Amino acid sequence: MSLTRKTAAELGALIASGEVSAVEVTQAHLDRVAEVDPRVNAFLHVAAESALEQARSVDARRAAGEELGPLAGVPIAHKDVFTTKDMPTTAGSKILEGYRPPYDATVTARLREAGLVILGKTNLDEFAMGSSTENSAYGPTRNPWDLDRIPGGSSGGSSAAVASYQAPLSTGTDTGGSIRQPAAVTGIVGMKPTYGGSSRYGLIAFASSLDTPGPFARNVLDAALLHEAFSGHDVMDSTSIHEEVPPVVEAARRGDVAGLRVGVVKEFGGEGYQPGVINRFREAVDLLESLGAKVVEVSCPSFTYALPAYYLIAPSEASSNLARFDGMRYGLRVGDDGTRSAEEVMALTRAAGFGPEVKRRIMLGTYALSSGYYDAYYGSAQKVRTLIARDFEAAFHQVDVLVSPTTPTTAFPIGERADDPMAMYLADLCTIPANLAGNAAISVPCGLAEEDGLPVGLQIMAPVLGDDRCYRVGAAVEKAFEDRWGGPLLKEAPSL
Amino acid sequence: MSAITRDEVAHLARLSRLALADDELDHYATQLDDIIAAVARVAEVATDDIPPSSHALPLTNVYRPDEARRSLTPQQALAAAPAVEDDRFRVPRILGEEA
Repeated sequence: MSLTRKTAAELGALIASGEVSAVEVTQAHLDRVAEVDPRVNAFLHVAAESALEQARSVDARRAAGEELGPLAGVPIAHKDVFTTKDMPTTAGSKILEGYRPPYDATVTARLREAGLVILGKTNLDEFAMGSSTENSAYGPTRNPWDLDRIPGGSSGGSSAAVASYQAPLSTGTDTGGSIRQPAAVTGIVGMKPTYGGSSRYGLIAFASSLDTPGPFARNVLDAALLHEAFSGHDVMDSTSIHEEVPPVVEAARRGDVAGLRVGVVKEFGGEGYQPGVINRFREAVDLLESLGAKVVEVSCPSFTYALPAYYLIAPSEASSNLARFDGMRYGLRVGDDGTRSAEEVMALTRAAGFGPEVKRRIMLGTYALSSGYYDAYYGSAQKVRTLIARDFEAAFHQVDVLVSPTTPTTAFPIGERADDPMAMYLADLCTIPANLAGNAAISVPCGLAEEDGLPVGLQIMAPVLGDDRCYRVGAAVEKAFEDRWGGPLLKEAPSL
Repeated sequence: MSAITRDEVAHLARLSRLALADDELDHYATQLDDIIAAVARVAEVATDDIPPSSHALPLTNVYRPDEARRSLTPQQALAAAPAVEDDRFRVPRILGEEA
């Protein structure tokens, strides 16, 4: 079997035992990138030289008798919203074209410490604002299942890279669903950890109270291994939590649901949901029941207000966070001809450097925070945030995990929602509540919709610091489905 | 009735330091109006007795020891600057002509 088809855990074991070298594994993936990425456009930057250098260092450490971690020498694709001091970091924006940060994000540093081999930086919606990766200033990424469709977003380069076997692992960030939704529509696993469980230091900020780094992988165990590798307290992030990383790898290996109480969120389903999505979701719920879970319906009435609250809170925070891109200290500067004031240069720079969605959100956030509108918009949204946390709290008195479809529809065609912001925003309908309350949530594949043959994701939500429950349930569902399907869902994807 | 007028969008663009063309203002006015009309629903349930949450975690005043540590050198800090002069960021004039 080709090295690019293996799981991260398998590759780590092969490298640790010396059966294959990290250099061979890295070269196989670089070859795959060269072969398929001209069609997929998952990568904004491929760092072949530094990847091979890191691989050689892993091989040398092994040869010297050093004991290696489970992911040492395993290639990874890194979302281009994390700073990397040896590679460009653009956040998918023209305003940061060619920018080389002077420091590594904590997530980047931890990948390097774990011996992971960073193949390059992946495409995203500009500043992680979007659900399709069409908002990138560097062109859309394509879904490996159908190159005319979106790979989800904002972490669409990372989902597409893993789904097209260019890397066994990738990083993402999830502010309103930006890991779970791309995972769902490309048939892979994506996890949003508990807020504060993974560091935001060096993650270019979109909405700081929501942004959460997390892993993508082709199976639940690999996602857990990556989750463990980069999570844990970071003194450089003031919202980083002190609690130990939940036992996610052990949970992924355990994978059973006997006696577990599973709540089906009553509010997620019905109008606006694709029939094939609902059908696959119902089958997943039946499967959980057949595996010994106790399934009940749970009502979370405030969840229907999560989407509007999010589209006030996230743009408000973004309008403040993106003020730093002013063309003064780094990045693009436009119109500095000696006659214009700094303020005029800032306005010209930002108009030229930001794309339409970013401009929309900055203005929307500025509006929601303005005097006279603050109470009605931002203030009300913050109250909804309280209601959503209360709904979760009440639900987790009755059940151990909540489940829903990850997205209302499968991957839509590129261009279909590009100039209709409200239609685009609906892609995050089911994923947003976990961001507003800070909960852990995962998406795992649960089959193909009959209408279009495209992947559907099952979302499993757990309480704050209950990340291990997501992996435990996810692994149980994965095993049962793979027994039924005769292998992973991704084997149904067309070969590129 | 529209929630937001073209003049208001022009004002928001100024506050946001975005030099937008006239046709862009029209386009954004329509889109922002649609979005604001949709998100205004939050007011339906946001009653006076509900406390606002600004954050998912109950963290306040996070401190760390005030210890001197290595930081970026001037060369590193200035490496990505659009314009540099005498180890400083060179910027366009920040005061009015008469100042």
